[in-house]
Amino acid sequence: MDELIGEFLAETAESLDVIDVELVKFEANPADRAVLDNVFRLLHTIKGTCGFLALTRLEAVAHAGETLLGRFRDGSRAPDSAAVTLVLEALDRIKMILAGIETGGTEPEGDDRDLIERLEALAEGRAMAAPVKAAPEPEPEPEPEPGPANATEAENEGDWGFDADLGRALRPGEVSLADLEAAFLATPGPQDLDDAHEADAGPDASADDAADEAADDAWTAARPANALSAGTAPAPASTGARSTATIRVSVDVLEGLMTTVSELVLARNQMQQLVHNSQDSALKGPLQRLTSVTAELQDGVMKTRMQPVGDSWRKLPRIVRDASQDLGKKIRLIQEGEDTELDRQVLELIKDPLTHMIRNACDHGIERPDVRAAAGKSETGTIRLSAYHEGGAIILKLADDGAGLNAGRIREKALEKGLATPEELAGMSEAQILRFIFAPGFSTAAAVTSLSGRGVGMDVVRTNIEQIGGAIDLSSTPGAGTVFTIKIPLTLAIISALIVEAGGARFAAPQLSVRELVRVGPDAPVKIETINGAHLIRLRDRLLPVAALDSALNPHAAASGTPEGYVIVLEAPGRRFGLIVDNVIDTVEIVVKPLSAPLRHTGVFSGATILGDGSVIMILDPNGLAQECAVEGESGASSDQAADTAIAQAAARQRLLLVRAGGPEPKAVPVSLITRLEDIDASAIEIVDGRHVAQYRGRLLPLAHAAGPGAFRTEGRQPVLVFAEDGRSAGVAVDAILDVVEEALELELGSDRPGVIGSAIVQGKATEMLDIAWFMERAWDGAPQRTAQARSARPSVLLVDADAFSRRMLAPLLAAAGYDVTVASGLHEARDAGRMGARYDVLVGDPGALTRLAAEGLFADVPRLGVGEGHSGILEGFVAIMRPGDRGGLIAALDQAARAA
Amino acid sequence: MAASELIEYVTIRIGGQSFGVAVSDIREVFSPQAITPVPRAPGDIAGLLNLRGRIVTMIDARARLGLPARSQDEPAMALGLDEGADLYGVLVDAVGEVLRLDPAHAEAAPGHLDPEWRSLIRGVHRLDMQLLAILDVRALIGRRSALAA
Repeated sequence: MDELIGEFLAETAESLDVIDVELVKFEANPADRAVLDNVFRLLHTIKGTCGFLALTRLEAVAHAGETLLGRFRDGSRAPDSAAVTLVLEALDRIKMILAGIETGGTEPEGDDRDLIERLEALAEGRAMAAPVKAAPEPEPEPEPEPGPANATEAENEGDWGFDADLGRALRPGEVSLADLEAAFLATPGPQDLDDAHEADAGPDASADDAADEAADDAWTAARPANALSAGTAPAPASTGARSTATIRVSVDVLEGLMTTVSELVLARNQMQQLVHNSQDSALKGPLQRLTSVTAELQDGVMKTRMQPVGDSWRKLPRIVRDASQDLGKKIRLIQEGEDTELDRQVLELIKDPLTHMIRNACDHGIERPDVRAAAGKSETGTIRLSAYHEGGAIILKLADDGAGLNAGRIREKALEKGLATPEELAGMSEAQILRFIFAPGFSTAAAVTSLSGRGVGMDVVRTNIEQIGGAIDLSSTPGAGTVFTIKIPLTLAIISALIVEAGGARFAAPQLSVRELVRVGPDAPVKIETINGAHLIRLRDRLLPVAALDSALNPHAAASGTPEGYVIVLEAPGRRFGLIVDNVIDTVEIVVKPLSAPLRHTGVFSGATILGDGSVIMILDPNGLAQECAVEGESGASSDQAADTAIAQAAARQRLLLVRAGGPEPKAVPVSLITRLEDIDASAIEIVDGRHVAQYRGRLLPLAHAAGPGAFRTEGRQPVLVFAEDGRSAGVAVDAILDVVEEALELELGSDRPGVIGSAIVQGKATEMLDIAWFMERAWDGAPQRTAQARSARPSVLLVDADAFSRRMLAPLLAAAGYDVTVASGLHEARDAGRMGARYDVLVGDPGALTRLAAEGLFADVPRLGVGEGHSGILEGFVAIMRPGDRGGLIAALDQAARAA
Repeated sequence: MAASELIEYVTIRIGGQSFGVAVSDIREVFSPQAITPVPRAPGDIAGLLNLRGRIVTMIDARARLGLPARSQDEPAMALGLDEGADLYGVLVDAVGEVLRLDPAHAEAAPGHLDPEWRSLIRGVHRLDMQLLAILDVRALIGRRSALAA
């Protein structure tokens, strides 16, 4: 009997989840008869099983609920909000009793008479003395005074007809078995329900009916054999394929299978390695087969662990419905991509965070109807939950069209809670400030409500998601809503990883966290620079903190000069950083093996794996390493905000080369643009076809002088700044090279003089910034062709880049190429422009920002041209992604995009 | 003396010292190959190795007992044992014969022994040629994980 009850509990819990969803659907659309029938059938099934198992209290409640639903079905009672609330209340009571059975083994003591009476009253259309609306919440505890639930039935007996099949009088609202069968015959079968749940449906009502002869075939098919005889009876085979399409398998069996397959994958990898190293070709054929079979097996086993993400969403409509009732708001929940499949282990772990976030969206996100109406929005707020695949990961997006996050409030709160100093906050972007909501102990709710706002919210969500190797981020627009994006790995067991080498050892970096690879070193385009011992690289004109993996792992070992090799750019939640490794070896699928207890606390490894050659390597934990690297070089400041601030401050400072050219006052060139400084013998400079060239490394280097063609030296040595882009080089000659300074650059744009972008105060003196692009064109073409189109005829470009420096370098370049440039210093300004209805022919700028704009529906139809390095992976939606250094290519791509627009 | 009362011990050598380990405590004896060191791991963890597809956490018995570290070319053997879901290997210098000894004849670990040693030694057997300290490898592993947890 215990086993039966266990089965019953598992099945009933699932059925109840279905009912929750169905009922909310039904309330929204009372005309949908199919939904009502489903709910009715499920509740009836529960009732029937209860009777069979002698769970009288449960049966009485289920019965009363079913009666009310029956009234909905025959149309004698309108399913209004109050009625649905009452049915939901009955479901909650059922759940409570079930919980009692689960813990105590028997039905808990309690009296459901009030609830049953209200249900019956509503079913009979009687006016209720007890205000139904005032009790939307289920009673937390059963009332202490004991009273047999059966008393209710006894009292009401006689009011209803006697049923011969049952051998007793019908209860109020109870239909006779004969009627019931007729109803079931008329109702569509359970095909439209989720297969799994359909198969889990409990034994039917006729189970407690001694004379079971009336049961029709369809009904029998839906009855699982195991509920009646604990799995011994075979499922009826003839009456439908549905019942045999699914079987229950214990999770342990699946886990064991998974482990075995993992071992097989490893053995296969080892075989591959051996065959690869040997000359024996006879092994190759069988190995090929082994490889493909293993891959299929792996896929198959992975599939058994997969569940549609919608399974964990089933409770959400009910939560949203209850929340909107409690809060007096109108909220619509839209779910998209419920079929997206996810490892059940992962699914289990994101369930609670998601529930919490939905509550938050109802509570804090969506405004009251009057507020929404006043803001010109529809009174009904929308929460959109979507799931989709993206590059080996699942993206869950939770978007509301509510008030958006108040960055000002978050700033105040962060300050108040001592999470950051005013100086730190001043240096932070809005996005960084919004991320404070993920900080421990942070809550912006002005009042603590029953739903959320207890201050243990988003940090717990973030921790849970990070624990499974996921990441969470958000974006918010005041008045327009908030979007949370959760990225989670498909599975925790087998991951794609980058194998890197550092300090003579190999490590695996989870591919999911790797953003890009950058080659660094003296010969590479990107160099490692150092500020007070902390390494940085310039990546797309931004500074990225980097650390040598070797020294991050062995902090006490002596650092060996400036490292070189590759930087793997990793993204941990909210922060991006680089690890310098000696070499990048391979990308492989690895089987994640957990670490033994003594190794679980190193903070920098998330597991270990066995490679194809049989060696064991450690899997790097990007989150842990991010913390390590943030601490490094900035002792005491352990938070990532500190590192971000340092970057923000450093990014505003630029290294400038000061030169003299045609006048005593210094002129400046950003060091980052210069490929090399050369001293060329003046006699080696020739004039060919009216252009200056010099023999340089076996090739002709076209030259232009910053002070005009007449300023070239004729004897001695000529200092030349060499610039390279797109495989071509050009030199800009100057009178003298003066100094390299680091300045926080405030560039005044605009100059009438060709070859000058603008001016800035450098070391207290107004200094002209040379327009290198102009000089390069000049060196190549003799005389740059500047299109002097009328301004109105120029195509318009919106340049979006949060980085001031790259904006200032790009804007003059685009303007010089004949475009009417509008500059947006970030998403915020771009959004404003978009909302004010501005039109542009082309968007240019940071690929991430442009993608975001498009995702928000702004400028969605305008061609986008990304400028940045290493973004080859996100080409979709872009005309092209150009490197910032490739000015010629950038203009060419822009011309093309503008023509297409 | 009934045979059933005897306990089988495998003799091992760690840093010139002989120990006995109850055969029932260990799963297997293997020759450790290609140990991957784990940066930042506690000092007595020699690293990880692959034993037929399972990852074994190697614990260096010398480091655990505070004996001088083994040099690169010195041979080593390992005792494999399970602890929960984890598989551990205890790195020793050599594994010798299996002895059957009567636990009743064992004497308690001497009181003046280093407390760390005393916590790992179940008792001492007087053999003809030498003293054999019975090493509690379970404690060696278990204490290890307890310390780290």
